[in-house]
Amino acid sequence: MPEAPAPSLLSRRFMNVFRRSLLSLLWKHPGVKTGVTLSPVIFWLGLFVVAPMLIVLYYSFLTRGPHGVLLPTPTLENYQDVFVVENLRTGELQPNWAYLNAFSRSLLLAFSTTAICLLLGYPVAYWIALYGGKYKNLWIGLFILPFWTSYLVRIFAWMFLLRDPSGFINQVLIQAGIIDENRPIQFLYNTTGVLIGMVYTYLPFAVIPLYAALERLDRSLLEAAFDLGAKPWQRLWRVTIPLTRGGILSGSVLVFVPSVGEYLIPNLMGGNNVNMIGNIVANKFLRDQDWAYGSALSIGLIVLVMILLWVYFKISRSEQVFERRI
Amino acid sequence: MNTTVPTATARRRSIEQGLSTLLRGLGRVSPPGLLGLIYLFIYAPLLILMLFSFNAQGNLAWWEGFSLRWYEELLSYEPLWKSLKISLIVTGVSVLISTVIGTLTAYALYRWRFWGKHLFESVLYLPMYIPEVVLGISLLVFFIFWKIPRGILTMILAHVAFTIPLVVLVVLARMQRIDWTLEEAAMDLGADELTTLRRVTLPLLFPGIMAAAFLAFPWSFNDFVITYFVTSPGNAPLPVLTYNLILGRKSGGMGMINALGTLMTVATLLMPLLAVLLLRARRFSLPGRRRSQS
Repeated sequence: MPEAPAPSLLSRRFMNVFRRSLLSLLWKHPGVKTGVTLSPVIFWLGLFVVAPMLIVLYYSFLTRGPHGVLLPTPTLENYQDVFVVENLRTGELQPNWAYLNAFSRSLLLAFSTTAICLLLGYPVAYWIALYGGKYKNLWIGLFILPFWTSYLVRIFAWMFLLRDPSGFINQVLIQAGIIDENRPIQFLYNTTGVLIGMVYTYLPFAVIPLYAALERLDRSLLEAAFDLGAKPWQRLWRVTIPLTRGGILSGSVLVFVPSVGEYLIPNLMGGNNVNMIGNIVANKFLRDQDWAYGSALSIGLIVLVMILLWVYFKISRSEQVFERRI
Repeated sequence: MNTTVPTATARRRSIEQGLSTLLRGLGRVSPPGLLGLIYLFIYAPLLILMLFSFNAQGNLAWWEGFSLRWYEELLSYEPLWKSLKISLIVTGVSVLISTVIGTLTAYALYRWRFWGKHLFESVLYLPMYIPEVVLGISLLVFFIFWKIPRGILTMILAHVAFTIPLVVLVVLARMQRIDWTLEEAAMDLGADELTTLRRVTLPLLFPGIMAAAFLAFPWSFNDFVITYFVTSPGNAPLPVLTYNLILGRKSGGMGMINALGTLMTVATLLMPLLAVLLLRARRFSLPGRRRSQS
């Protein structure tokens, strides 16, 4: 195949020399090659992911002065304040229920979301993996397709359904005469609304790993269980579920980790009644201008997520849940 | 609205009948039926949103007649066009940068062993598991710390950072599928490393790279949480504009969001579809360059 005509012999010769010396440099020092290839990503992520987090870590140890000024005296007070607060009247330390409640609410909501996603996702993944036939990929594709649409639009679509009294579900129930026009069902701005939003958003995160695990499942094992007289539920409980533990574990982590730090769904669908840690972090920075405290909370959230992931990797490595064969 | 008593009773009766039929149906739950219900749960909200974008009455979720009123109002809403422009600039530039950086990273990760690889990988995927709000806040703090004014530039910096891991994952997936012996064959036939890269490796990877770009595009375009923290009120990209509309900072916003949501859903769904088609492509030639016949 002919190359584009060279502009001049000299520049071409120069290019060749340049090229040969570049190649020989790379050939002699493989580390240079790796370094050059990886330098952009190290630069970018170092500067715009790692450095910002280090700054937040730094702020979390600063002392809060009057009027939101931060004094450069290192202190652990901000971390202490996450757990305990001084009673203004008696001066005694007491648990900081406002934030402990937000933490426990986040954990509880994330746990419920995970459980519901697994319960809803398992039958779907099971059916697609075992009975999907040649349309398997289409079915799973259709399942994760809405995930690529705007997160905000999806949340808004649910708010449009759930609002009262003008939301779609309430309107249908009112027009059908099932509920009274003056007493619509309140779905939004409470825990139910947030939970519906989170399950809807994170369901694909559970289905994908479950599907991957069920797809790898050796069907002859199911047949063997059947031949040996296992009832359907025994087969499910003693064969299928143990063999897909890896998928269940990954699905749980993929749902739990983002939902514990959720910000937007409680913000829009919880209407300040269902604040999670993410909302309190944002409020501390944006509304209260309390950076030191907000930083300590952010670090707390990061540590929580890291612990979860660490436990996940420990379990998945030690038990070898992924490639388990009987 | 002004329903008379008999029709209300008749309606209630028909609803009761419908419910009992539904319950009887659920009694013998069939897997496809259950599956259908879950797919309904996934798609109904979006479909209802799309349907009601053509409703004459915007704030009430009850059908009042067909109308294109919300589309007209939306398209004549001045800030929409500014937001769209900002969104397209931010997403276009950041997807371009992150695709290049992500591809380089994926190549290095797949081909070479190097010191600190495990640490590198755990840092690389940080943006995927750190809560978005924490990442957004820490970028906000970082930009204020260095006194960088927030706007289009800061949005691009942030978007590149959180789309790189996605690009790496998609390109790595493609790398596992291609035939690397072709690279050796090219070298055996006398091509040097750069020629091999340009004429063999890149064309082989090209579908994966394009798929990564098509997947990163909606990822970046639709991001709200991180964007919200790194932009200024004057530079609202589309998701931030949508958020402000949802919070009701403009009258008649509901119908407009329905229309906007419909347009955005249709537009963003085209991207992942293209990505899937590209990832499945076995052969691919760079545009404008003919594959020589053997």
